Amino acid sequence: MSNNGLLKSSLAKKYLMALTGLFLCTFLLGHLAGNLQLFISGGEGQQAFNEYAEFMTTFPLVKILSYLTYASVLFHIVDGIVLTMRNRKSRPVGYVKEKGSANASWSSRNMGILGTIIAVFLVSHMQTFWYKMHFGAMPMHEGLKDLHTVVLAFFSPENSLGLIAVVGYVLAQLALSFHLVHGFQSGFQSLGLRHPKYTPVIEKTGYLFGIGVPLLFASIPVFLYITQL
Amino acid sequence: MDLTLNVWRQNGPEDKGRMETHPVSGVSPDMSFLEMIDMLNDQIIRDGGDPVAFDHDCREGICGMCSMFINGEAHGPGRGVTTCQLHMRSFKDGDSITIEPWRASAFPVVKDLAVDRSAFDRIIQSGGYVSVNTSGETLDANAIPVPKPQADEAFSAATCIGCGACVASCKNASAMLFVSAKVSQFALLPQGQPERASRVKRMVEQMDEEGFGNCTNTGACAVECPKGIDLSNIARMNRDFLKASAEGE
Ligand code: HEM
Ligand code: SF4
Ligand code: FES
Repeated sequence: MSNNGLLKSSLAKKYLMALTGLFLCTFLLGHLAGNLQLFISGGEGQQAFNEYAEFMTTFPLVKILSYLTYASVLFHIVDGIVLTMRNRKSRPVGYVKEKGSANASWSSRNMGILGTIIAVFLVSHMQTFWYKMHFGAMPMHEGLKDLHTVVLAFFSPENSLGLIAVVGYVLAQLALSFHLVHGFQSGFQSLGLRHPKYTPVIEKTGYLFGIGVPLLFASIPVFLYITQL
Repeated sequence: MDLTLNVWRQNGPEDKGRMETHPVSGVSPDMSFLEMIDMLNDQIIRDGGDPVAFDHDCREGICGMCSMFINGEAHGPGRGVTTCQLHMRSFKDGDSITIEPWRASAFPVVKDLAVDRSAFDRIIQSGGYVSVNTSGETLDANAIPVPKPQADEAFSAATCIGCGACVASCKNASAMLFVSAKVSQFALLPQGQPERASRVKRMVEQMDEEGFGNCTNTGACAVECPKGIDLSNIARMNRDFLKASAEGE
């Protein structure tokens, strides 16, 4: 088998899925660290968050990471669609009666649907904040683009869609949570990283990561909405 | 016991197929599931009908022929058993039981519940062996020392009977558990080392060619496997394939 055979093989598609997925997990950690500054109140929090946003859009190393992130999202989605379509083709006639819950977790059976929810969220999320920050008209504060004010205004009772935005955000994080509870440890298995001693640790970490990270993300818009009531 | 059976009937590979309902009565809880099907067929033949075609051979859990998807699960509700080892005491009087063939494009239905699993044979032919010289001076396998834990692991992998329950249970109709067991039983032993890299590449390539789906690590295969083949075999195959591809063997 030649080496371009590797790229065509089902396992290579799995490696790509795992590498992009696990890379996106590290992205989530970085993104979360920045967002948590929204918990700091008053002018101090505004300054800290805006400086972080400025840093994220201009610092060269971060720029490289952000391009890697865009590429990962893209490849993860395209690869996910290719794999899901191939899997459908592998069982053209389904079962009349199938008891999926008897042998596999709900998350593991619904990665495609969960991913699609995350993708829909990503589009709206990037339109609201990323696009505005990069290309839109932004208010200024102390010489910096004032993303802080934009975020607060978006998740605010003053915004007619504010409550919907908060609820949508929380639901998307719920989907992300289910996606990660299966995906985190699944990524390691796809790469062949399994060991009697370390796999239980990876599984526990995946659980904590998959619940903790989306929970912290989700708590931010809820906090912003309630404190602005 | 009195039961209602919903059985898949399909005259041949080209037929569309349909579910058919048959009441059976007087089933003993001590019967195996296949004996119950024998009873059903006896009844159908007496009524002048065409008996339900199904595969079976050893009837003691070692040949892997008795592929039946029973009430939504491969080999029915039991764990660590094939259909021939499933007993009617696992069901209740008055139960309705749905019986279907394995569903995978790589396992086409031949007739009713019998499917063609020769895709597995072709995967084995592609690399599931060790090449030895049979000149008459063949080295005794026992002369090569193998550490006991490794021998045990290789033996566990080798207990796979090729039944296809892993494919049938997987929502992606993936054959990863079967192929990884067959890769591992050699990868874990000294005799398997010379062909280790080419073996894994050829077997994975053949697996893809047969049209099996991609593993999404749901783990359903290992739960339904009658021989308890472990998911660590899949990880080993993923590792070996990556290594073999990186080395460009
Ligand atoms: C921040 C966002 C995301 C993260 C951190 C993430 C993470 C992961 C991880 C770690 C896996 C496991 C990989 C493996 O089993 O080898 C995975 C699988 C998967 N992801 Fe994502 N994902 C994200 C977004 C998405 C999106 C937007 C889609 C959209 C379609 C998606 C679709 C899938 C699918 C279908 C799988 C299962 C594929 C398989 O197991 O082969 N994911 N994801
Ligand atoms: S791995 Fe288990 S379920 Fe799959 S073919 Fe082998 S024995 Fe059957
Ligand atoms: S008939 Fe041989 S395993 Fe069931």
